[in-house]
Amino acid sequence: MNWQAIALSLKLAASVAGILLLVGMPIAYWVTFSRWRWKFLIEAVVALPLVLPPTVLGYYVLVGLGPRTFPGRLWQSWFGHTLPFTFGGLLIASVLYSLPFAVQPFSAGFETVDRGLIEASWTLGASRLGTFFRVILPLSAAGAITGTVLSFAHTIGEFGVVLMVGGNIPGVTRTVSIDIYDQVQAANYGAANRTAVLLLLFSFLVLSVIYGANRRALSLWRKR
Amino acid sequence: MNSDGENVRRIHTTLSFALAGLTLAALSLAARTAVPASAPQAAQKPCGTVTVAAAADLTYAINEIAANFEKATGCSVRASTGSSGNFLSQIENGAPFDVFFSADIEYPRKLEAEGLAVPGSTYLYAVGKIVLWVRNDSRLDIHKGFAALRDTSVQKVAIANPQHAPYGRAAEEALRRAGVYDAVKDRFVLGENISQAAQFVESGNADAGILALSLVLSPGLKEEGRYWKIPEDLYTPIQQGAVVVRASQNPQGARAFLEYMKTPATAALLEGYGFALPGKGKP
Repeated sequence: MNWQAIALSLKLAASVAGILLLVGMPIAYWVTFSRWRWKFLIEAVVALPLVLPPTVLGYYVLVGLGPRTFPGRLWQSWFGHTLPFTFGGLLIASVLYSLPFAVQPFSAGFETVDRGLIEASWTLGASRLGTFFRVILPLSAAGAITGTVLSFAHTIGEFGVVLMVGGNIPGVTRTVSIDIYDQVQAANYGAANRTAVLLLLFSFLVLSVIYGANRRALSLWRKR
Repeated sequence: MNSDGENVRRIHTTLSFALAGLTLAALSLAARTAVPASAPQAAQKPCGTVTVAAAADLTYAINEIAANFEKATGCSVRASTGSSGNFLSQIENGAPFDVFFSADIEYPRKLEAEGLAVPGSTYLYAVGKIVLWVRNDSRLDIHKGFAALRDTSVQKVAIANPQHAPYGRAAEEALRRAGVYDAVKDRFVLGENISQAAQFVESGNADAGILALSLVLSPGLKEEGRYWKIPEDLYTPIQQGAVVVRASQNPQGARAFLEYMKTPATAALLEGYGFALPGKGKP
């Protein structure tokens, strides 16, 4: 069992989920409450990763941001290296790739909040930020939890982008999905099987716990 | 107030859209492919379609060989290129290939031993060579050989994954024997196959790579960079084997293709790609 790869995947997924909680919330808030007529364009951009194959993102990160293009050279001069083959590169690619898995549930959660309650909070003198944290977020917690869990889970399951831009460096970019692929290629079916079963059980467990908890939280709130 | 139901409904709409899209795509594809499949010209081909799985170092060569073969015999060829290890796993699990050109002759032998390839059909078709390759805009003096890799400007060195790619194993072995392995190993980036390793260097994301001579001489890379031939006494020869898959739907065509590999024209083509040929003097 390649614990190093498992630990790396967990670290990557947790970082992605954390970043998307911070970045995805404002985007989701804006997408939900904005009345801008071109809003649908932003919504389409956010949803792009649902449609695009990972190879498209992989291609842009590898070649579009490679040292042969202007943005790539700019990045190189700031950070001393290019995006591919680094943990940071994987992190950026994964955040982009999991964006809709966070933003859409967040936004769906916000939409369920009664506008009357939000406006009441404003008229009672609460700031927008205060209203968000004390009214909107508690009432849409299920969406927040779902979005965070989905982005975590989606990152654990990511494969194509990592295969294209990771370079398979142990402890840096060799995630658990890549490790399984390597084991299958090397015909180490035993090792592949052990990791695959572990991943299967882990994913099922995480999702069950979250969906279970989500349901309980909701029913508790309804009883109140 | 029911965010659960709301979410579920959203997911349903997304799913049904996705399904509708998939169905449309499948339908249009079927409509397009249906026409040529029913065309009468299929009868002109004595051996039908040969499905070939070829190692990544043959990426360019196999298309040329296939085109010549099609012209000579009227058969058609469908070639896939990729990692030999991946093809081995796929054939072990029932992939519908007729012939398998592996970068490592051990894989065809393994298939034969497992009863998954036609007994006695394994054939050594070429011996691969490795080179150190950099792009034209690199300032490295690669005529110094592996010593060039000690340069601190070299941050990433691309090789194929030694865990399952024969070219990766050869690269690792050569670096070890040359005594530079420890100096380089922390700067490795591993390609899933030798083609991907080449792509890592070609795109400029890795500073140097240990690649197959056959790829470096291919039209895609020839003008892009320069190479240093790694001395052949530094690594075990990369013996490449081909085999007819037992479950082949077209064993006749498969055999014909394998025989075509032995013709002088094909041999010359392979030599042009830098492969050494078995039985033609010292490889």
